[in-house]
Amino acid sequence: MLNIPQGIEWLATNQPALLALIRVLLFVLPVLIVVPGCIWWERRLLSWMQDRIGPNRAGTITLKNGKKIGTFGLLQPICDGVKLFFKEDITPGTVDRLLYFIAPALALFPAFAIMGTLPWGPTTGVYGYLTPIWDSEIGILYMLAISSLGVYGVVLSGYASNNKYSLMGGLRGAAQLISYELAMAMSLASVVMVTGSLKMSEIVKAQEAPLWGVAPVIQNWFIFTPFGFISAIIFLICMVAETNRAPFDLPEAENEIIAGYHTEFSSMKFAVFFMGEYAVMFIFGGVFGTIFLGGHNILPIRWDAMAASSPGYGLAHVLRDLNYWLAPLTFLAKCVTGITFYIWLRATLPRLRYDQLMALGWKFLLPAAVANFIVVAIWIIAQKVYGPYGAIAASVMAAGIAYLLYNAVRQVMNQRETSMEKRTIDLVDGTETVPSVRAVELV
Amino acid sequence: MNLSQLPNISPNLIIVGFLGMIAIVTAIGVVAFNNPIRSMLSLVANFFTLAFIYFSMGAEMMGITQIIVYTGAIMVLFLFVIMLLNLSADSVISTKKLDVKPLLAVPVGLALFVGLLSQVMMPFAKVTQPTAPSGWGGPQAIGRTLFTEYVWPFEIISLLLMVGIVGAILLARRRVEE
Repeated sequence: MLNIPQGIEWLATNQPALLALIRVLLFVLPVLIVVPGCIWWERRLLSWMQDRIGPNRAGTITLKNGKKIGTFGLLQPICDGVKLFFKEDITPGTVDRLLYFIAPALALFPAFAIMGTLPWGPTTGVYGYLTPIWDSEIGILYMLAISSLGVYGVVLSGYASNNKYSLMGGLRGAAQLISYELAMAMSLASVVMVTGSLKMSEIVKAQEAPLWGVAPVIQNWFIFTPFGFISAIIFLICMVAETNRAPFDLPEAENEIIAGYHTEFSSMKFAVFFMGEYAVMFIFGGVFGTIFLGGHNILPIRWDAMAASSPGYGLAHVLRDLNYWLAPLTFLAKCVTGITFYIWLRATLPRLRYDQLMALGWKFLLPAAVANFIVVAIWIIAQKVYGPYGAIAASVMAAGIAYLLYNAVRQVMNQRETSMEKRTIDLVDGTETVPSVRAVELV
Repeated sequence: MNLSQLPNISPNLIIVGFLGMIAIVTAIGVVAFNNPIRSMLSLVANFFTLAFIYFSMGAEMMGITQIIVYTGAIMVLFLFVIMLLNLSADSVISTKKLDVKPLLAVPVGLALFVGLLSQVMMPFAKVTQPTAPSGWGGPQAIGRTLFTEYVWPFEIISLLLMVGIVGAILLARRRVEE
């Protein structure tokens, strides 16, 4: 009988390079398979949210007696793929040919490289040999570095197209990605400081500790902690902005600049952009799950501690093993939750104006992330000096002070920045003049 | 030359040599291309290759810092500026006139190259395993050094950068009519 765990151990000792290749394939292939599914899910869910029918024809099975069995258009992605493959590939005459051909590749590269340090399962036992691809000391930094490389695909495709709308899209993309990277890195810095490590697997491990250092059976998922909650919201907003998705899809705003940076790309080149976007969305869902939602754990309950305290082989042990072996599915579920959130946002929120986008990134998210960082530092010191309860009290006080300071600064700024502009409206028939006063906020 | 005098070739050395070759080719590309975007992309490739060299030596932190700072931030700003000004090859290249400067530059450049080579090549000739000891230059080690031994220089530099940013904003911002 084939013993898989033993085989993997044999590979780890004798053929580490082969095992490394298996590790890469075990992550890349599922993502490649899932991406068409994501596109189907987006089209169906969006149509449902917008009260439309959506693509439901492809894949319908017609029986001999004329009855039809619907499959919710599950084969639609295959039809899309065939269409994209066989469409005429038009290369406009004035493009910068070299850059025009490498830009889609540059857009796809970060989407697949970003999964390098992401663990999709526990790093103990058999899964430890299979995930993550590179359990590096610099896991989070790697993720940030690779996601910042996404800007090259956008900018170079915009430049190479030699089209003013594409160029506008590329420039918008560059400015947006640079702005939101900072807030994203700052929000993750607080999580890193609490964990004391940049390793992704250590961050997951830190979330398996007791909640707030007091509740013994509940896991300390970072989204349940006050600082982690703020970090999570900031990260979530930045993550949407980093992937150029609605409501931050200004680089491809179709009512202003046609399709932005990929206007001039047709057929498979466009498909590559499309695929990269969905792959990176999917992976970012996984990153969010790993950093804030406890990684591979299904529920925030410490089965390990419960199993250790109960004798024999009881329910807690069964659930602990289930939690261990179902880890890949849990990770997949968290990725799907992430992508569902993306689709929900797209269906709900209108696109931001450009100045709103910049103001949100620089004037709100970055200061909030920095304030959060300071509060976390106070939390950590207080926990070391006064224990868990003292830490909670100290961080609440610090957050209060930070909020008051923020309000004070805002008031001072608002006094200078807003001015009351008087406007009068003259009624047409000229019988009376109604003066009205409106506050106009100067940007 | 006797073959036995050559250093032992290890796989690590081959990787470093290969990456070094790419780095040299891309570095030449930076100055050889006429198009500013092409030269800038060569520079990006060069920085990326350097990061890979650091990775192959086991200095992960250094490599990732190289990618974050140079490839991810500074070169994107370069790209942004080049695109914003829409620089093309014609606007950079001036008319071809006979000039003494290139003729003078060749011997000076050669002398500089030989000087550097004589200093750099000798220690490198003995290297067979280009790897850093484990734990060297890791995030923990860098953090500890930065916040104990070099805490004052570190804080002063951060203050200096802050002053620089505030000054830049002050100089660049639109004057408001009172």
